[in-house]
Amino acid sequence: MTDPILSVRGLQKRYGAFIGCTDVSFDVWPGEVVAIVGESGSGKTTLLNCISGRLERSAGEIRYRMRDGRFPDLGDLSEAERRFLMRTDWGFVHQNPADGLRMRVSAGANVGERLMAVGERHYGDIRRTAGDWLSRVEIAAERIDDQPIAFSGGMRQRLQIARNLVTHPRLIFMDEPTGGLDVSVQARVLDLLRGLVTDLSLAVVIVTHDLAVARLLSQRMIVMKGGHIVEAGLTDRVLDDPRHAYTQLLVASIPES
Amino acid sequence: MTLPAYNFAYLDEQTKRMIRRAILKGIAIPGYQVPFASREMPMPYGWGTGGVQVTAAILGPDDVLKVIDQGADDTTNAVSIRAFFAKTANVATTTKTAEATIIQTRHRIPEERLQAHQTIVFQVPIPEPLRFLEPRETETRVMHGLEEYGLVHVKLYEDIAQHGHIATTYAYPVKVEGRYVMDPSPIPKFDNPKLDRSPALQLFGAGREKRIYALPPFTQVTSLDFEDHPFTVQTFSRPCALCNATGVYMDEVVTDDRGGRMFVCSDTDHCETRQLHGHTGPGLPQLGEHASTEQETTR
Amino acid sequence: MYVAVKGGEAAIEKAHRLLADRRRGDRSVPALSLEQIAGQLSLAVDRVMAEGSLYDPELAAMAVRQSRGDMIEAIFLIRAYRTTLPRFGATRPVETAAMRIERRVSATYKDIPGGQLLGPTFDYTHRLIDPEMAGDHPVEPGARRDVTEDAAYPRVTDILNGEGLIEPDIASDAEPGDLTRDPTGFPAGRDLRLQALARGDEGFLLSLGYSTQRGYGRTHPFVGEVRIGLVDLEIDLPELGFAVNIGAIRVTECQMVSQFKGGGEDGPRFTRGYGLVFGQSERKAMSMSLVDRALRADEFDENRAAPAQDEEFVLSHCDNVEATGFVEHLKLPHYVDFQAELDLLRMLRREHAADKTAETDRQEAAE
Repeated sequence: MTDPILSVRGLQKRYGAFIGCTDVSFDVWPGEVVAIVGESGSGKTTLLNCISGRLERSAGEIRYRMRDGRFPDLGDLSEAERRFLMRTDWGFVHQNPADGLRMRVSAGANVGERLMAVGERHYGDIRRTAGDWLSRVEIAAERIDDQPIAFSGGMRQRLQIARNLVTHPRLIFMDEPTGGLDVSVQARVLDLLRGLVTDLSLAVVIVTHDLAVARLLSQRMIVMKGGHIVEAGLTDRVLDDPRHAYTQLLVASIPES
Repeated sequence: MTLPAYNFAYLDEQTKRMIRRAILKGIAIPGYQVPFASREMPMPYGWGTGGVQVTAAILGPDDVLKVIDQGADDTTNAVSIRAFFAKTANVATTTKTAEATIIQTRHRIPEERLQAHQTIVFQVPIPEPLRFLEPRETETRVMHGLEEYGLVHVKLYEDIAQHGHIATTYAYPVKVEGRYVMDPSPIPKFDNPKLDRSPALQLFGAGREKRIYALPPFTQVTSLDFEDHPFTVQTFSRPCALCNATGVYMDEVVTDDRGGRMFVCSDTDHCETRQLHGHTGPGLPQLGEHASTEQETTR
Repeated sequence: MYVAVKGGEAAIEKAHRLLADRRRGDRSVPALSLEQIAGQLSLAVDRVMAEGSLYDPELAAMAVRQSRGDMIEAIFLIRAYRTTLPRFGATRPVETAAMRIERRVSATYKDIPGGQLLGPTFDYTHRLIDPEMAGDHPVEPGARRDVTEDAAYPRVTDILNGEGLIEPDIASDAEPGDLTRDPTGFPAGRDLRLQALARGDEGFLLSLGYSTQRGYGRTHPFVGEVRIGLVDLEIDLPELGFAVNIGAIRVTECQMVSQFKGGGEDGPRFTRGYGLVFGQSERKAMSMSLVDRALRADEFDENRAAPAQDEEFVLSHCDNVEATGFVEHLKLPHYVDFQAELDLLRMLRREHAADKTAETDRQEAAE
């Protein structure tokens, strides 16, 4: 078996006396989708923000497998290295696309930005690559010079996904990626995500309160409550045979699919 | 009440030393914006207070000073700054580029190639090349520190996508020695190539924004572009109406209200010197004859 | 033959001559004396001293006269002079509790030890143009109150602090920063913020303070106290080993009692916004204290979203000498850059026209 790409040990985040999350340990392997589920206030978003470097942790270890095989704690990387990871090897898909896009910059430039950030200097190539990615996320080629402000919610979310994937990252963090969309639009975005994740063999950590999303996308899932992990395992096993009382409650509360 | 008496070149020696330290730091890190404790000068912010402070700090009694604004020695603000130093430092002033040891400028670099013994001081309104992409100083400082310059190219990309060309015509951003992205001050991009490997010391002062930066002699300065949309400069399709010069930057002069235009050298010293040497241009264009300028060539 | 615009020097000289002429106005009217300006337009002089950050009524009066009453121009004159002055030393922090009070009001208590003193205020005047102002009518001298030696005017905030109801004054021996001598970086400390606000434009701070009241960064303010009067300046002389009094200045101080904060060891208590201005200017001192408190949002874990809470925004734009210079510099010649823009625009328009022609041709061919 290969080594994990991300390894979390004893992670804790406190806000003053309040515990955001504590005693969190898990691994993510390359190409694997891990869902973190729980109700709001369970600490799942805090956890995501800590491991993606968007929030300072209070204690614990977060190690990431670099492309050169090193496995450093993120806290030991320099700010420059961390920022470089964030715009090359990682992606972050926000619930609200406006948080992850430049709303007044064309779709093409939104996708091309990461390429330019890593030194791509050929306008034609950047535009071609951006065009390819737009088609992969099912955005019509003629919209390349339009600003996301003119896009529907579903299109914006697909654009945000393309913007993240253009540098061929190995690890993507997603925060309720379909949470802000109409039910009819959700299915299309989920379908697209599932296809891309498989095609590109991406490792994904996805936070969702929606067990259907977890079932569709993830191989493993982690159930959180009150800042703690209460149950973790293969997604099918957790959903079909929940062991912790809280998980049973969660599973019981969704209609059978 | 005692009425004020002022030091040589207005600023007190303490302040000059502080500014010189900032200049030295700027020279040591080409293109890096050094914060300095800009003083209130007796001319308004935005009118060259940064350039004036830099000039005051480096000016010695034997210097010969030239001041230009828009390339011309006789524009009112240039006259005013030259008079300021003539009065407070009693230094020799000149309009001849070749004779000057220090040239303070707003918006132009003289056409005549600067020499190793010369220093050019640029007046800078907004020193931060990333300012209109990211308004926060705290963020732009990090971007420079970590060399995160992707956003600059996003702007250039948008220009091409929208207009078919890079639509920045002045204050065109440059990269210094492959490291810092720098604002060359609002010179037309026509002047950008003159920054590259100039034998003269080039200093930049922004008074209101409290920044000094520098290009030591022979520093590599590259204008940002794309491989397939290379940096180009303006060219003018006809020679100067007064001195017949070509390959220089021109002012467009409106000669009547029926579309009459003529083009003359923006650099007045360059133009006058050429006229002294017997060059004459075609003069006023015939009525209805329209001069055009709008071509771009690669440099 | 076109001749480049020449004679900038002569033009400037003539402009200045005309300016001097207009400044003097009708020669049959006596010229303004500095005593008249300092004595009868004293609030204008106070503002010039406050925002010029130099306490010298006579010089400020000169500046007001030289600037023809343009306040920002007068402030600018004072600033440009101030920057050349040598520093002999720093006074001890002024003790506003020992102020010789001319006016003092509190909105938080009906009565306070030492009493409320209205002083020379516009409050409660009916804003009717007074015909007497057209002439030189005799004016009664002000009534004087008896001041006993031991009269005490404790600060309202000290009274609150005695009960632990408000955050205490932060005692510090740290050398305060000086934004006129060191480059400001962000985040700036409260010392630098207060310094910038004290010099900041009255109108800008007024609008920002007002915006906090309208919900853009609410601070739930109460005027704990506004006091105006003379404070002594003392300076330590190392040779003597003690402080000597070098004079007194008039200042306006506002202590704004603001939104209480809970938690920690000390329990919930009110927070403070502080304003201190040279001369008499309640409007400025109160605005300053509102903005000071709004700028402390991070300190109290408040959501920082409004302009008045944004340190970089407030500090970068509150200085009217900087602002006026940069706004007004737009009238300087910019024709070199404008030429560059003209060229590009003409080219883009030519390309646009060519595209349109080609489009029409295609359509016609299709038809």
